[in-house]
Amino acid sequence: MLEVTAVTKLYGRATGVRDVSFGVAPGEIVGLLGPNGAGKTTIMRVVTGFLTATAGTVKVAGFDVVDQPLQARRHLGYLPEQPPVYPDMTVASYLDFVAQVREVPARERRARIGSAIEQLDLSSVSGRLIGNLSKGYRQRVGLAQALVHDPPLLVLDEPSSSLDPGQTVEMRNIVRRLGETRAVLLSSHILAEVERICARVVILKQGRVVAADRMDRLTRLLAVGTKLRIQVRGKRRDVDSVLAKVPKLESWELEDAGEDVVVGHLHPSSGADIRETLFFRLAEAGYPLLEVRPEVPGLESVFMELTGGAMPAHKPGKSASRSGVEVRGR
Amino acid sequence: MTKVWAVYWREVQAYFLSPVAYVFMAVFLLLTGWFFAARLFATQYIEMQVVFANMTFMFVFIAPLLTMRLLAEERRMGTDEFLLTAPLTVGQIVVGKFLAAVTVYLAFLAVTGVYPWLLYRYGFPDWVTIGTGYLGVILVGAAYLAVGVLASSLTNSQMVAGLLGFGVLLLSLVVDRAAVVSTGLLAKVLQAISISARANGLYMGVLNVADLFYLISFTGGLLFLTVRVMERRRWL
Repeated sequence: MLEVTAVTKLYGRATGVRDVSFGVAPGEIVGLLGPNGAGKTTIMRVVTGFLTATAGTVKVAGFDVVDQPLQARRHLGYLPEQPPVYPDMTVASYLDFVAQVREVPARERRARIGSAIEQLDLSSVSGRLIGNLSKGYRQRVGLAQALVHDPPLLVLDEPSSSLDPGQTVEMRNIVRRLGETRAVLLSSHILAEVERICARVVILKQGRVVAADRMDRLTRLLAVGTKLRIQVRGKRRDVDSVLAKVPKLESWELEDAGEDVVVGHLHPSSGADIRETLFFRLAEAGYPLLEVRPEVPGLESVFMELTGGAMPAHKPGKSASRSGVEVRGR
Repeated sequence: MTKVWAVYWREVQAYFLSPVAYVFMAVFLLLTGWFFAARLFATQYIEMQVVFANMTFMFVFIAPLLTMRLLAEERRMGTDEFLLTAPLTVGQIVVGKFLAAVTVYLAFLAVTGVYPWLLYRYGFPDWVTIGTGYLGVILVGAAYLAVGVLASSLTNSQMVAGLLGFGVLLLSLVVDRAAVVSTGLLAKVLQAISISARANGLYMGVLNVADLFYLISFTGGLLFLTVRVMERRRWL
């Protein structure tokens, strides 16, 4: 549905993105992930035709966004980072305007607008001025705008930014539902979000793709050779002696965590997956393994690894504190 | 066509749902009413030639204020990201918005229709001259609005767009004055490029194809430039 081939976008001498390629198939949600300023928005703007690439091609439903712009744009819905709504219009009149511009036939207009309003649960505010709505509702109106013409490709730039936790979960469910039948390209710096709803991720760093793979492969990659945190029922001394017999385990620290429970931080040698051996050795010795998990959970550590530790959560600023809350909250 | 209509209609509603159009209309009508009445009582002439010239003069101040929002505000609010990624050409956006501004101007002029009616009520006005006069006022007004639309496409600040449009239009008034006071070749050149001088014939009932062509192509050229400015931004 979407093919991005070797796209480079330069802003004067500064590089926006360089040599980016990826694709999105129907029924697939692909996450675009990267620290602030990595080029996520630039890619989305090139994909939607708002900006033209310096080099490379973008095809939407087989149409080149530069050579056949109108055909390509007919097949996509776009929610920019700032929802493109007019504060002086009511929700209903705005969606009617959008439907006309998006070439929804007059006969179907009412039904399409109705279904967009229903899908995003906007019926209670449809007669109100957009300028008087809360940020969460405005974001939803923005999303309704992107899907009123039922496009096969949705491009969503940080759809849940500046929503409260409840709204974030809701938005996530909406996007997941939309992704069942459509191709969705979603950008975010909220790792938890991408991890939960995207089948595939493209990770950007300073305008370049540093990783692009299925979610499960990326996280498996991570389980190999990273630090593990374990919880075992038993005495510290006994567990220590069992661990000494586990091959490919380079070093470890143990600490007592309550009655007969030991928490350990293990450093396997790089490239080794010691989880199974660990399980059997401890079981044979009679010390039940209560918990084993990567020390840094999920995508976060892949992200840190690939982007050189530039975690948005560690960067100052408004958006950073947002994602910081998300990461800690998991 | 539906799409141009959609852009046009949204913009017309934006004008008339906010107080802006009404305030400008009130100021415009108050002043033209004054000029009309003062002229009529002082001279007792059944004609509108001077009133037409005054209308376009006043519109120099109003046109940039009417158009400054059109494109600058879209950029500031980020709604241009919707318009420019929708299946619309930039030309359709610009034309829709320009026509909306022209519509507001025509609404102003429609109310001034009471002046010829008053002339008719108490005398025998020359309808042909009044007709060509209105044509001139409309064409000059449209050209001024096109200047404002171009200014609005150059920035994302309404204030800057307004001042820029105003500056250019004031400059065109300076050209008019210079054309009057200079002589020889310079006078001819200045007269040729002056916008309002082109309409003087129309106010007097002289329908000159060259004047019509100049005014219309001036407006069209500015709108074309506006489209180019906006298209170019995709490449930056």
